Amino acid sequence: MRVNFVLSEVATGLRRNVTMTVAMILTTAISLGLMGTGLLIAGMISDMKEIYYDKVQVSIFLADGVTEEQRASVEGQLVQLQDEGEVKAFLYESKEQAYERFQEQFSQQPDLVQNTPPDALPESFRVELVNPERYDVIAAEFPDGVDGVDQVRDEGDFLDRLFSLLNGARNATIAVAVVQALAALLLISNTIQLAAFNRRNETNIMRLVGASRWYTQLPFILEAALAGLIGALLAIGGLVLTKLLFVDKALAGPIKAGIIPPVDWAEIAFISPIIAAAGVGLAATAAYVTLRLYVRL
Amino acid sequence: MIELQHVTKLYPASARPALDDVSTEIDKGEFVFLIGSSGSGKSTFLRLLLKEDDPTTGTVVVNGKTLHTMSKWAVPKLRRTMGCVFQDFRLLRNRTVEQNVAFALEVINKPQRTIKRVVPEVLEMVGLEGKAGRLPGELSGGEQQRVAIARAFVNRPLVLLADEPTGNLDPETSEGIMLLLERINRTGTTVIMATHDYHIVDSMRRRVIELNGGVITRDQSRGVYGVGR
Repeated sequence: MRVNFVLSEVATGLRRNVTMTVAMILTTAISLGLMGTGLLIAGMISDMKEIYYDKVQVSIFLADGVTEEQRASVEGQLVQLQDEGEVKAFLYESKEQAYERFQEQFSQQPDLVQNTPPDALPESFRVELVNPERYDVIAAEFPDGVDGVDQVRDEGDFLDRLFSLLNGARNATIAVAVVQALAALLLISNTIQLAAFNRRNETNIMRLVGASRWYTQLPFILEAALAGLIGALLAIGGLVLTKLLFVDKALAGPIKAGIIPPVDWAEIAFISPIIAAAGVGLAATAAYVTLRLYVRL
Repeated sequence: MIELQHVTKLYPASARPALDDVSTEIDKGEFVFLIGSSGSGKSTFLRLLLKEDDPTTGTVVVNGKTLHTMSKWAVPKLRRTMGCVFQDFRLLRNRTVEQNVAFALEVINKPQRTIKRVVPEVLEMVGLEGKAGRLPGELSGGEQQRVAIARAFVNRPLVLLADEPTGNLDPETSEGIMLLLERINRTGTTVIMATHDYHIVDSMRRRVIELNGGVITRDQSRGVYGVGR
């Protein structure tokens, strides 16, 4: 295979329909950028799940006037549940500890901290279940308002709602990415048809003198693949900028507080080759299929 | 060398077959005129030999290979043994004479060394050694057709197919082109030429296959264009 010949054909092809090439690169870039964003959100969600679900799953808040005995009885019941294999671990949190944690969590909002008296937060048992779905068992064991128990709350329920919101965001991003990818594929197909039409004299002669199919098709496929690669590089650049300008700046507070996990360079480095491979692969496949279906070579 | 057995070709758009139960044989080294009015099936005949199309029924054999059982990947190999010349020359306007001829070899992966050697040889043979660096637009019609013939012949094909090669040329120029085709034929290359040009057919006295409505109505060695014209 004459590399020079193929490369010069690719360059001519891309130059000859600059506008289509630019459109093809941009739609590919947007599609891949959104796909990358979707992947990053997915990674973020699983990081957040680790952060949150690993912590308390069920909180048993004790009433203000709880007695020593009632507290010991609740603890006794929890130990029993632990023996029965329902509870994995639990810890007691006094009013003081609760206030400390509150201060830490809301360090970004000093007003809120100042306006909360230290004894406003209830003492509680924070319970980790063996199976987080078995919240009902705990709720039945400790009825609200009985024996010094004020309220049993399933923290997982709140988290589930939070995560369904994040999952929705991820799915929406990926859905838009798919629609964009479709547009990109159609544009690639169109560009390749145009390129094939522009070069019909050459390809006709190549066909008649017995050039192999590969030799005839390769310039077109490489043309698309190159555009896909440029699109992917733009998309990766976009992700890097998003991290630097948006995630690292606008979300600096919540990230520091540990509410949102940061976007690591490692994650971007991990998804970049995926994006590049997807861009090159999709473009090349679209070109190949187009040549197969619409273009006589 | 070339054999057609009961070949019928139907195009979907037309009720009448382009070729209707055509059988014939052409030997190696023959010079054959394919004549007949427009729409008589001449071009279809040539297309089937190149496997640009498959016959609806019947068998086409070229160089001992049955074309319709040939895999798609083997078609380029078949075409490397055949050269094609057309009425409209089909040269690449943005490449020089030399580059046009070299193109045919480059795209089938001939080594650069071979290309450097054989392109000047074939240009000399067609009488264009002084015009290697010209663009097709700077040449006369006859010269352009010589470039096209050089390109078709440069890979030494077993068969040269010429579809109205003199259709756009004046009689004197046509004569030069015919001398060139004869010379190529003398190297052992089979030449099949579709034409309307009765002067040429009558003066050359070679084998004539006449097609009429997709049927061979005459096959005559040392024939003329036709009587009662």
